[in-house]
Amino acid sequence: MAAEQGSSLAIHPMAQFAMKPLFGGDTIHWYTPTNQTLWMAIAILGVFLLLVVGSRGRAVIPSRAQSVAEVAYGFVYKMVEDIAGKDGLKFFPYVMTIFMFVVFANMLSLIPASFATTSHFAITGTLALLVFFSVTIIGFVRHGLGFLGLFWVTAAPLPLRPFLALIEVISYFVRPVSHSIRLGGNMMAGHAVLEVFAAFAAIALISPLSVIGIAAMYALELLVAFVQAYVFTILTVVYLKDALHPHH
Amino acid sequence: MSTAAAAVSQHAADAPTLATEGAAMPQLDFATYPNQIFWLAVALVIIYLMLSRIALPRIGAVLAERKGTITNDIAAAEELKMKAQEAEKAYNQALADARSEASRIVGEARAEIQADLDAAMAEADAEIAAKQAEAEGRIAEIRASAVESVTEVAKDTAKELVAALGGKADARSVTAAVNQRLKG
Repeated sequence: MAAEQGSSLAIHPMAQFAMKPLFGGDTIHWYTPTNQTLWMAIAILGVFLLLVVGSRGRAVIPSRAQSVAEVAYGFVYKMVEDIAGKDGLKFFPYVMTIFMFVVFANMLSLIPASFATTSHFAITGTLALLVFFSVTIIGFVRHGLGFLGLFWVTAAPLPLRPFLALIEVISYFVRPVSHSIRLGGNMMAGHAVLEVFAAFAAIALISPLSVIGIAAMYALELLVAFVQAYVFTILTVVYLKDALHPHH
Repeated sequence: MSTAAAAVSQHAADAPTLATEGAAMPQLDFATYPNQIFWLAVALVIIYLMLSRIALPRIGAVLAERKGTITNDIAAAEELKMKAQEAEKAYNQALADARSEASRIVGEARAEIQADLDAAMAEADAEIAAKQAEAEGRIAEIRASAVESVTEVAKDTAKELVAALGGKADARSVTAAVNQRLKG
């Protein structure tokens, strides 16, 4: 992660996020495999190993890998069931896909010299827009124009309702922005701070502090990596709940 | 950590390289967006197919199977418990039956022994009564013979007395006199 040469202290906290074509060349076409593509592929491999290979025994008394796979399954399943209700379980595979992708990308990005896929707003933004559009479409398909009742707060006094509706509409459209920036920003900031600490490790006087700082930040980032995946998923489920049950 | 943070700000001030080389955010390089979105879509589709076709149904089935197994085992345990309780009840019943049977047999035996005892006692009583009767007969005989002897002695004594006094005793009259006296 650290890009350090000799005495001159040059800190490039953002250089780690640069995308490079995997097989040489300068230009990145829409199909060019990049370092990001590689780490997405590794994330897919991780999901495959955990959930497909891990569960291949189908044992009633599970192996270790199968236990972890079952815990992951139960974690997301329970989340969908508790928040979105029984009819939300139809969308459980979609939610599970998002959770597994984000959690694996977050965790893999903490391997030194790896690439932080989920620190890119193109990724988190696409995920957030995907959720936004699918939730909106599900809402209109399920409830027709009744879905607009989501913005019409019947609990409030009648004169207030148009203003509340305006606020609700704005907040609805801001959702994908906050949804994506929360995840991307957290990942980007954490990795940038790690990089900065790492750069200071080159100065002998500060290096012990720097190393301690990296260790502490790394622990925090492990937490953040999981918590942000959890938050991204739970918000997805909350939006899904709004689409399935728009009347609060 | 606070010292390190202070050092960061201090070095940021005298490190112009930070502004020139590291400031550009690769996240905002829109030229890479189509690439990222394309590969993200590929990744999501692959993960979705993997999960929805293989992993999730499999794990769901395993969890359901386990739940079923546990439920069945609990039901089986319940049944076995009921059976054990029934067996205990049957055992207690058998024990009570055996006890009452035993007490009945004891009573019967006691009655039988009592009957035997009564019979033996009656026999013994009868024997004793017979022996008593016999003994009484003999006593009466002895008594009768004793009376006869006394009469004989009295007659003889009376004859002797009469003779000694100088009279001539008529045997028949002496006997009659003695008999008279013995009666009187």
